[in-house]
Amino acid sequence: MEQTFLNIGILTWLTFLPVVGMIVVLLLPKEQKTAVRWTSLAFTLAQVVFAGILFAKFDRNLAGVNSAETMQFTELFNWISVKSTAWFGTIKIDYYLGVDGISMPMVLLTALISCIAVISSWNIEKSVKGYFALLLLLDTGMMGVFVALDFFLFYIFWEVMLLPMYFLIGVWGGPRREYAAIKFFLYTLLGSVLLLLAMLALYFSVTVVDPASGERIHTFNMMAMMNPANYDPQSLLAGAHTYWRYVAYLAVFIGFAIKVPIFPFHTWLPDAHVEAPTAISVILAGVLLKMGTYGLLRIAFPIFPDAALYYLYPLAFVGFINIIYGAFCAMAQKDFKKLIAYSSVSHMGIVILGMAAMNTQGMLGGMMQMFNHGTITAMLFLIVGVIYDRTHTRGLDDFGGLMNKMPKYSGIMVVAFFAAIGLPGLSGFISEAFSFLGAFQTFRWLTVASAFGIVLTAGYMLWTLQRVFLGTLPEKWNGLTDVTGRELVMLVPLGIIVLVLGVYPNLMLDVMNTSANALVDFVKAGGGMAVGN
Amino acid sequence: MADLILNNLSLILPETVLTVTVMLVVLAHLFDRRDDTVVHYLSLLGLLGAMYALTGKMGENLSAFNGMLAVDPFSLFFKLVILLSTVVVVLMSRHSAEVRAERGLQGEYYFLLLSMALGMMFMVGASNLLMMYLALEMTSLTSYVAAGFTRKAKDSAEASLKYLLYGAFSSGVMLYGISILYGLTGTLHLAGINQALMQGSVNGLGLAVSSLLIMVGFGYKISAVPFHYWTPDVYEGAPVTVTAFLSVASKAAGFAMMMRAFAVMFTDTAAQLPAGAWAFVQGIPLQHVLVVLAVATMTLGNLVALWQDNVKRMLAYSSIAQAGYMLLGVLVLGHDGAAAVMVYFAVYLFMNLGAFLVVMLVANTIGSEHVDDYKGLGKKAPLLSVAMAVFLVSLTGLPPTAGFIGKWMIFLSLINAKMVGVAVIGVINSVVSLYYYVRVIRNMFLREQEKPTGTVFRLPAAQVILLLSLLIPTLYFGLFFNELVEFAQYSVTMFGVR
Repeated sequence: MEQTFLNIGILTWLTFLPVVGMIVVLLLPKEQKTAVRWTSLAFTLAQVVFAGILFAKFDRNLAGVNSAETMQFTELFNWISVKSTAWFGTIKIDYYLGVDGISMPMVLLTALISCIAVISSWNIEKSVKGYFALLLLLDTGMMGVFVALDFFLFYIFWEVMLLPMYFLIGVWGGPRREYAAIKFFLYTLLGSVLLLLAMLALYFSVTVVDPASGERIHTFNMMAMMNPANYDPQSLLAGAHTYWRYVAYLAVFIGFAIKVPIFPFHTWLPDAHVEAPTAISVILAGVLLKMGTYGLLRIAFPIFPDAALYYLYPLAFVGFINIIYGAFCAMAQKDFKKLIAYSSVSHMGIVILGMAAMNTQGMLGGMMQMFNHGTITAMLFLIVGVIYDRTHTRGLDDFGGLMNKMPKYSGIMVVAFFAAIGLPGLSGFISEAFSFLGAFQTFRWLTVASAFGIVLTAGYMLWTLQRVFLGTLPEKWNGLTDVTGRELVMLVPLGIIVLVLGVYPNLMLDVMNTSANALVDFVKAGGGMAVGN
Repeated sequence: MADLILNNLSLILPETVLTVTVMLVVLAHLFDRRDDTVVHYLSLLGLLGAMYALTGKMGENLSAFNGMLAVDPFSLFFKLVILLSTVVVVLMSRHSAEVRAERGLQGEYYFLLLSMALGMMFMVGASNLLMMYLALEMTSLTSYVAAGFTRKAKDSAEASLKYLLYGAFSSGVMLYGISILYGLTGTLHLAGINQALMQGSVNGLGLAVSSLLIMVGFGYKISAVPFHYWTPDVYEGAPVTVTAFLSVASKAAGFAMMMRAFAVMFTDTAAQLPAGAWAFVQGIPLQHVLVVLAVATMTLGNLVALWQDNVKRMLAYSSIAQAGYMLLGVLVLGHDGAAAVMVYFAVYLFMNLGAFLVVMLVANTIGSEHVDDYKGLGKKAPLLSVAMAVFLVSLTGLPPTAGFIGKWMIFLSLINAKMVGVAVIGVINSVVSLYYYVRVIRNMFLREQEKPTGTVFRLPAAQVILLLSLLIPTLYFGLFFNELVEFAQYSVTMFGVR
């Protein structure tokens, strides 16, 4: 299926619209701050429209995952093609984009969150031009990661994101921004160089027939890497359950785990979140963390099904640690933002646990939780941002009795908090229930123990609500005003999504269902290879 | 004899053009000592002429002067790198405050630069140990003087003397190794030595010792740890232009010479190997030595660079680390590794010269190379700062810059040779290097100037054009590297190698 606009594929539009926006922004004069903001908004809004079209036209019955035929909206062009020599094969890299049920929700989420991030950045006053240019570049990097089907291309997008993020935290962040920015940069780079080596090892292990010349050539095509028949028997990663396959899986896993972030690689996250400006926190929690779990689904699981199955229990176990450890840490926080950051660690644990269950419910739950966490946590960070803009403090103990002072704000915040707790009727409930349901079938006791995390979550969330809303209003906050129109514009759509998906989750589950099933079946079958266990 | 020389002269036309230019520069300098315009444009013209002559040698794979020099695609590639970097450095020198301060010596300066380039061009073509040694010395002698060019600066004199002492010592050691090898094989021609080695009657211990001693000479030229001690001081003391030149061209010549020596002289031609792979003759322990050198070079270069406050000195250590990555390509011992090194050099030419150009332009205005003085530069000189950021990110090896492609090719060849352990050390090193490169970026963009000064950056148009012509390839090759890689792969062909 193809979808083009002005003869350019829709995925290319989605990915590179922000770059076009960036160029426009850079061409605008420095003083035109409003123009810069509106331009950025226009381009991200256009991106949302494209994502909406994609969502509407997406065929819910096609699986994708390991089959190139059922990938949708594919675009395949030759990008790099170095002629073969007697001693070195051709180097062929494709510009290969496509979506399936795993990436579709993420594409939608990225477009949405980017647009909301632009709206919430409206009050940025320092170097406006640079800020929005970097934000748009970041947007392209994120979108590219979710639509790339060529490993090399994926890696380029994965890395393109780092530098804008470094600057966005480092220039526009809080007091310890430099530390947080470089920590984020170093951690993520460490993960991605491991990913790079695994990518190269895969490249040399896989050969496919080149349709143009008929010879067997190496490839970066992800789907080719998922087919065991393509592995050269002499190569490093041939076979199943070999030492090198485990090593490569772990390298890939660590690369993604740092992004998720999975304990013990999570320490960059609280720092980055606390120091980053609101919009960047929203993007971090809303999209960036999902790139880690997305990478596991897109690359680690289907390319290394043998190793993924072998390490399933450890994976579930780190998921469990994330849930419980994140919740306990959140409970101990006095800083509003840090609390949300640790709650992210906890909630991403649920994604990991659900995925590790390796059955339909768990996988669906995990994927759904990726989307839901993206929307809910984005809301939570925006909520912190709203109050921080007014009071310039995030200390939980500084507040109290805001319920009467800011009723609209409180209403939205209650929705977000209850969604995060997992109250039935809101989107968080569906995904958490599915994740635990799936995990319970595979890891009984671990799931029981993890479910305790929900109690903890309810504990710290309700406690936070109490500290902020109930009690008496400190005198100094008498002048507080309720949410403004702009803030409503960024919060309400997310709230609606949370409500709608809570009542009618099929809207999203439909999209993911076929692919989730296909992925589970594929991995469980060991990717078609003889699994000895 | 005269016939031979005349017949072969056409093969070294680029070198001849350059030699003539050198003489003309000296002459022109005699007539007008004050003005550097004539010598500057004369040098430029000569270099472009040499480049043009070089393009005429495209595709030739010959030996000249009774096997003294090889004129092959391999040497052509490196000659191109050397000439290009000379052009860039000559253009830089036009606006270098350091160079211009030495009034009346401009002629000598360009004479030295061009002579260095000439020596390097002979280095990359040399296929006889004596020729190698002579070319190496020609380059070194002129480099010693060039490093001390700013006579009034104390550190420049120190740099020159240090360079001389280290250089004299290591080339002496190398010469000793050459003499042992000559004693063992009875010839100085690389191919002849290889034949003698393949007959297998050579004393193993003698061979091992001589190969190690020769390696010292190479190690010094490419500033591999532990032969690097001269590098930071020389790079810091010498004028920026000379430092930039040494860090790119001189290193390229050293690598080319080393790779030719390995591929032609020390390769086991009888070994059953896949196409394009080399292997050392039995008894030469150099592959392990190379692994140790590469790991030590990049690790030490990176770790010490972390502590540098002078940007020039930081770039000196960074260039040591970069040599370590390139050594990774050499130790693979094969065409793919060699091609990776060549791609790396092509890319390194742009990003490293670019970084030094920015250092020079900044120093011209604020008179400092200290990293703290780069604070707030992002606001005052946006173009310079953005360009510097791109060059530094490229040196780190992050996509979508050309530096990533260089590193990527190196790791590609390492993984192809299944040397995973070394590759892991390599990539972790590039993570470490991020920290000190980003430190400059941080100061430029994240920090404000502490005591605002009224300095205004006025860049000469020529330098802006030069900056852009280094910046654009650094970005372009990061995304479209087809031709570059193909050219490098074509250029691994050496005379006398299958």
